[in-house]
Amino acid sequence: MTSDSGIPGSERPGEPTRGHTDAPARLGVTKTYKLYIGGAFPRSESGRVHPVHDSHGEFLANAARASRKDVRDAVAAARKAFGGWSSATAYNRGQVLFRVAEVMEGRRAQFVAEVAAAEGVSTGTAESTVNATIDRMVWYAGWTDKLAAVLGAANPVAGPYFSFSVPEPTGVVGILAPQQSSLLGLVSVVAPVLAAGNTCVVVSSTERPLPAITLAEVLATSDLPGGVANLLTGDAAELAPWLASHADVNALDPSGVPDSLRAEIERSSAGTVKRVLDVRPGEQDWTREPDIRRLREFTEIKTVWHPVGM
Amino acid sequence: MAHPPPASAPELPAELAEATRDGAALKRFLHGLPGVDQVGLEQRAAGLATRSIKKDSKLWAIDTAIGMVDLTTLEGADTAGKVRALAAKARRPDPDRPDTPRAAALCVYPDLAATAVEALAGSGVGVASVATAFPSGRSSLQAKLAEVELAVSAGATEVDMVIDRGAFLSGEYGRVFDEIRDVRESCGPAHLKVILETGELGTYDNVRRASWLALLAGADFVKTSTGKISPAATLPVTQLMLQAVRDWRDRTGQLRGVKPAGGIRSTKDAIRHLVAVHEVAGPEWLSPALFRFGASSLLGDLLMQRRTQLDGHYSGPDYVAVDQ
Repeated sequence: MTSDSGIPGSERPGEPTRGHTDAPARLGVTKTYKLYIGGAFPRSESGRVHPVHDSHGEFLANAARASRKDVRDAVAAARKAFGGWSSATAYNRGQVLFRVAEVMEGRRAQFVAEVAAAEGVSTGTAESTVNATIDRMVWYAGWTDKLAAVLGAANPVAGPYFSFSVPEPTGVVGILAPQQSSLLGLVSVVAPVLAAGNTCVVVSSTERPLPAITLAEVLATSDLPGGVANLLTGDAAELAPWLASHADVNALDPSGVPDSLRAEIERSSAGTVKRVLDVRPGEQDWTREPDIRRLREFTEIKTVWHPVGM
Repeated sequence: MAHPPPASAPELPAELAEATRDGAALKRFLHGLPGVDQVGLEQRAAGLATRSIKKDSKLWAIDTAIGMVDLTTLEGADTAGKVRALAAKARRPDPDRPDTPRAAALCVYPDLAATAVEALAGSGVGVASVATAFPSGRSSLQAKLAEVELAVSAGATEVDMVIDRGAFLSGEYGRVFDEIRDVRESCGPAHLKVILETGELGTYDNVRRASWLALLAGADFVKTSTGKISPAATLPVTQLMLQAVRDWRDRTGQLRGVKPAGGIRSTKDAIRHLVAVHEVAGPEWLSPALFRFGASSLLGDLLMQRRTQLDGHYSGPDYVAVDQ
């Protein structure tokens, strides 16, 4: 680089120029992220944060470390949002979830960078993970208005009745998101819960929370009513027992719970009559094509008998 | 101001007795009350609200608050069935846990007072009835007194009257005073709570004046609001009323109560009010005889928090009775 005048030393003092090794480098803005509860981004009630590192141990950002009271607030927000979301038409829910996929598409560069840093994979692999994630969101968005046809039925009964069975959302679902697959795994557990009409409280991967935080920013800007999805970052082993024993949580997906805690979590879930998704120990392969198992698990079948010809 | 004070009323100190002599004296007295320091009041209320009450103290506060709840249903759609359901809840707020204290009273419209009295017979839970053209207070004195008569003859042990805010705001303190005094006489043995509807009074100074006016006229309780107007009970307003009853005790030796009503929905709010009661009025006010909460949804939250304290995990609305 040469200066316009061509005279050496004519650069103004303090102006950074390439090649000047003693000029101060630009200070990066290190972010301290917050939680996503009830459509807002509050700090943790506890005021705690924890540093997040990439796969090589480089500092990336600070993430909030949620406490049990944040769990309580998130459950209250999810309960408040349940009436509206569960009674929204299946068509509307599908549109909103499709909109989420659209906004994710717009943020794909950020997702790719965060997945690559968090999971220690190449940019190419991260790109295909993000593609699969967005496709999965679209796949579940398409299921909202087909679920009743597939899981429900007009039952043949031997009597003067119409008998219908229809799937209804279970309620507030606590989700402990997968620890390894920071984005694809997360969306694979959250999307079916939302598509079935439930509201949820999600605890993200403990070590890899950044893609989850970006997903929260996507959800906040894509027509999803506040409180339908609430996202907490922090220690899954610390928060899981509180979520499992909370009497106002109707179902639990323990995908991200450490195997050593599984039994305890299932016991305390039983104490408050919670539906617990049966997941195998270890982390499953999230790249495999999904089926409707998770949609079915987080719905309850309601059967109505209606007299005819009387 | 034609009425002499009721024979049963204890003697007031000379300067207070003088204030009730006529309308002009009353106005002089009320306008001579010290002005309210708005910033100071709100700051103190906010400061007291930051007190942290945990563990055993919290459980004690929850039980105390449950015992102070006036379980209220004041809807056009009220039915005898709903009143009976609420009566059952007031007797045994949490049937799974019989050690839960019962509510202080059930608060209904006068035509349902008889139903409430029947449903609560022998339980020790009081029956409060609103009267005097609740919630607006816009009717003739005759109609208002007839309503009080209806409530008292049905067996209500407490009457919640509303003041005529129009008269108060246009400075006709004498008229408001006479009305409270007349209602006081019609109440007989029933306790009288006077609703000031602070949301319509506009300023803290007016709240202080209205509180003193009600106390001078013989109110057993001063109550913030009807619950039909927002803002209803706020901490600063409750604190002002607590100051008034404290000062009344200091000057006359008589104990009068305070009832915040409307807008108190969570255990946290209730505990903040209890802290204010303790700090502003004094520990003797921490009793259902002198402090009440007028609320409908508060009891559910108190019960959930009580279960949370005892069970060690968060509770949910599926586990406590929901008012319908």
